[in-house]
Amino acid sequence: MNISYLFLIPIIPLVVFLVLGIFNKKIKPAVSGWIGVAGLATSTILSFYAAFQYFFVTGKLDGAYQTFTKKTVWLNFTDTLHIDLGILIDPISIMMLIVVSTISLMVHIYSRGYMKEDPGYTKFFAFLSLFTFSMYGLVLATNLFQIYIFWELVGVSSFLLIGYYYTKNSAVAAAKKAFIVTRFADFGFLIGILIIGFYTGTWDFETLNNPEGAAIANWASTSFMGLSVLTWALILIFIGGAGKSAMFPLHIWLPDAMEGPTPVSALIHAATMVVAGVYLVARLFPMYYFVEEGFVLNIVAYVGAFSSLFAAIIAITQTDIKRVLAFSTMSQIGYMMMALGVSGYDGHEGVGYMASMFHLFTHAMFKALLFLGAGSVIHAVHSNYLKDMGGLRKHMPITNITFLIAALAIAGVPPLAGFWSKDEILVAAFENSQFLYSIGILVAGLTAFYMFRLYFGIFWGKETNYAHKPKESPRSMTIPLVILAIFSIVVGFIPFSEYVTADKLGFVAHLNYPLAATAVLIGLIGIIFAWIFYKKENDLAERFANAFGIFYRWTSNKFYFDELYLFITRKLIFKRISAPIAYFDKKFVDGTMEGIGNKTLVVANKIKGIQSGKVQDYAFGFISGVVVLAIVFIYLWTN
Amino acid sequence: MIPGISITEILTLTSILFFIGIYGFITRTNLISMLISVEIILNSTVINFVIINKYLYPELLQGVVYSLFIIAVAAAETALAVAIIINLYKQISSVDVKETETLKY
Repeated sequence: MNISYLFLIPIIPLVVFLVLGIFNKKIKPAVSGWIGVAGLATSTILSFYAAFQYFFVTGKLDGAYQTFTKKTVWLNFTDTLHIDLGILIDPISIMMLIVVSTISLMVHIYSRGYMKEDPGYTKFFAFLSLFTFSMYGLVLATNLFQIYIFWELVGVSSFLLIGYYYTKNSAVAAAKKAFIVTRFADFGFLIGILIIGFYTGTWDFETLNNPEGAAIANWASTSFMGLSVLTWALILIFIGGAGKSAMFPLHIWLPDAMEGPTPVSALIHAATMVVAGVYLVARLFPMYYFVEEGFVLNIVAYVGAFSSLFAAIIAITQTDIKRVLAFSTMSQIGYMMMALGVSGYDGHEGVGYMASMFHLFTHAMFKALLFLGAGSVIHAVHSNYLKDMGGLRKHMPITNITFLIAALAIAGVPPLAGFWSKDEILVAAFENSQFLYSIGILVAGLTAFYMFRLYFGIFWGKETNYAHKPKESPRSMTIPLVILAIFSIVVGFIPFSEYVTADKLGFVAHLNYPLAATAVLIGLIGIIFAWIFYKKENDLAERFANAFGIFYRWTSNKFYFDELYLFITRKLIFKRISAPIAYFDKKFVDGTMEGIGNKTLVVANKIKGIQSGKVQDYAFGFISGVVVLAIVFIYLWTN
Repeated sequence: MIPGISITEILTLTSILFFIGIYGFITRTNLISMLISVEIILNSTVINFVIINKYLYPELLQGVVYSLFIIAVAAAETALAVAIIINLYKQISSVDVKETETLKY
C-alpha cells in the first residue's frame, strides 16, 4: 500500500495554521473561516480515502491487517535507538484519523457560526488548525518519542484554546491549570519513555509491540522493587495517558477546561485530545498485555472503572451544562480504560480492546454532538446554567432532536451507536470480573440519568421567561449537528470487531442478549427516573438533594478535590518545602555571591584614594620605588 | 681631573644636587618650578657622566659625548614641556598642578 500521500493529512492543517497565523490581521474573517474549513475538508477526504484503501482494498494480507510505515531518521543516538519522524498506518491509527477528521471538520463548520462577530476569529481558526495538525501527528506517530512531541503540541494547543478568552481571569486560570496538571503527568510519560529507551534500546512501536520481539521476550531481565523495569515504565507511561485523559486523580483540569469556547470543548475535551491516553495504551497494547502478565492492565482497569463511577456521580449534581458533559466525558473515558484493562490479546479474548476502540469511535461522535448542541443552547440563551434554561424545545427544534439522539446514544438505547459499543465493553468486563461489570452497569444507569436530567432540564421543565426570545441557531451550526446525529445513529452498525482488534486478525462479535437487555433496562430506569424528576417542574429533585444532605454537598463540590489539591500545593508544598528552599537560595546562595561583590566594592573604595590625580603623589611613589630598588640592588643582592 | 678635589667630593655634590631636584619636583606645585627641578636633576647626572669619565677612564670620551647628548635632549624636552604648559594655561588659566587633578578615580 502506497502511503506517501498520507503525509498531506497533517501537513495541510499545518500550512493553514501558518497562513492564518502569519497573515492574522490581513485576512478577512469571512475568508479565514473558509480557508480553515477547506483545508480540513481536504484532509478529511484523504483520511476517508485512506481508510477505504486500507480496510477494503490493500490493508489485508492472509486475513490480518498489516502495519505500514514510512519514516525518516531525525535524531540518531545509536544504531537501534533513534528518533524517527514518519507515519504509521494500522487499524487504530486509521480509525483515529477518521475520528479526528470528522469531528474537526464538523467543529470547523460549526465555529463559523458560533464564533461569528468574535474579534479573534482568524486566530481561533489558526489555533484549531494547529490542534488538528498536532492530533494527526500524535495519531500517526511511529515511535514513542514522536508521539511525545505531538503529545506536548496538543497540550499547547489545548492551553491556547482554553485560554482563548484571555481577558477572563477564570479562563486564564483554567488554561494554566490544564497545562500544569497534564504537564505534571507528562513528566511520568517522559521518564517511562527514557526507561524503555534505555532497557530495550528502541522506541519504535513496531519493534516494541512485536509479541515475539526482544522487548517483550526479555521483560523479566531487569527488575526494580519487585517489578520488572518495563512494568514501571508502562505504569509511568500510563500516568502520562491518565493526565491527558483526565483519569482520577489527575482529572481536576477537565471541568475547568470548559472555560474555553464550546466548539473547542467538543473537539479537544470530548472527542480527540482526551482520548489520547486511551489511544496511547492501545498503541502499546501488546507491551501492556505481555509484560508482567498484564499487571499494568489491572491498574488501568481499576483506575478507569473508579474514574468512571466517580465522574458519573459528580455529573448528577453539576448545574453548569458544560461541566455535566465534562464529567460525562471523564466517565466514558474511564469506561474505555476499563475495557482496555480487562482485554485479552487473541481472537475473541481481545473483545475489550475492540470494545474500547469502538466506544472511543462512537463516543467521539455523540459526545461532540452533545457539546455542539450545548453550544447551540448557550449561543441562544447566553448562559451555561441549567437554572436559566427550560422549555427550549419549542424554540430550538433541530437542537432539541439532535441533542435527544445524542443523549439516547450515550444512554445506550438501541439501535443507536452507544448501545453497541457499551454492550461490548460490558461483555468484556463481565468475562473478566463481576466487580468491574457491576461498576460498569451502575455507571450505565447513572449516565442515562444525568444525561436525561440535562435533556429535560434544557428542553422541557419550567417555562423560563427569556430576556431575548431564544431562536434556532444559524444553518452553519445546525448542519454539523444533523450530520453528527446521523453518525450517532449509524456508526454502531459498523462491524468493528472485523476491522480493529488487538491481534489485527478480526473476529465476529455476537450480541450477548442477556447482558444487552440488562444494560438497556438499567439505562431505561435511569431515563425514567430523570423523567419523573425533571420533565415537569416539581420539587422532587430538591427533596432528594436534601435527603442526601452531606453526601449531596460533597458531590456538588466534586468531593472537594480542587480544595485538596490547593491545600497540598499551597499549604504544604509552597509553604513547607518551596518557601524554605527559596529562603535558602536567596540568603545563602545569592548571599555568598553578593557578599563577594560587596566586599570587593568596600576594598576598592578604601584604596581608590591612591589614584589621587596629583602629579607629586605619583612622583613620590615612583621615586620611593626607585629608592627601594636601589637599596635592594646595592645592599641585599650582593652575591 | 681637578687637582685637590677627589671624585668622592664631586659625587657627593651631584647627589646633593640630584636630591634637591627631587625635593623641588615633589614639593612645588607650579609647573615651571617643577620643570626647573627636573633640569637640576638632569644637570646633576650630566656632571656625573663627565666626572666619572674624567676620573676613572681619562683616555676615553664616551661620557663627555653622552653629556652633550643629554643636554640636547633636555633642551628639546624643555621646549615640549613649555608648549604643554602654555596649552594648559590656555585651558585653565593656571599653571598650578593642583588645578589639574581631574584625572583621578
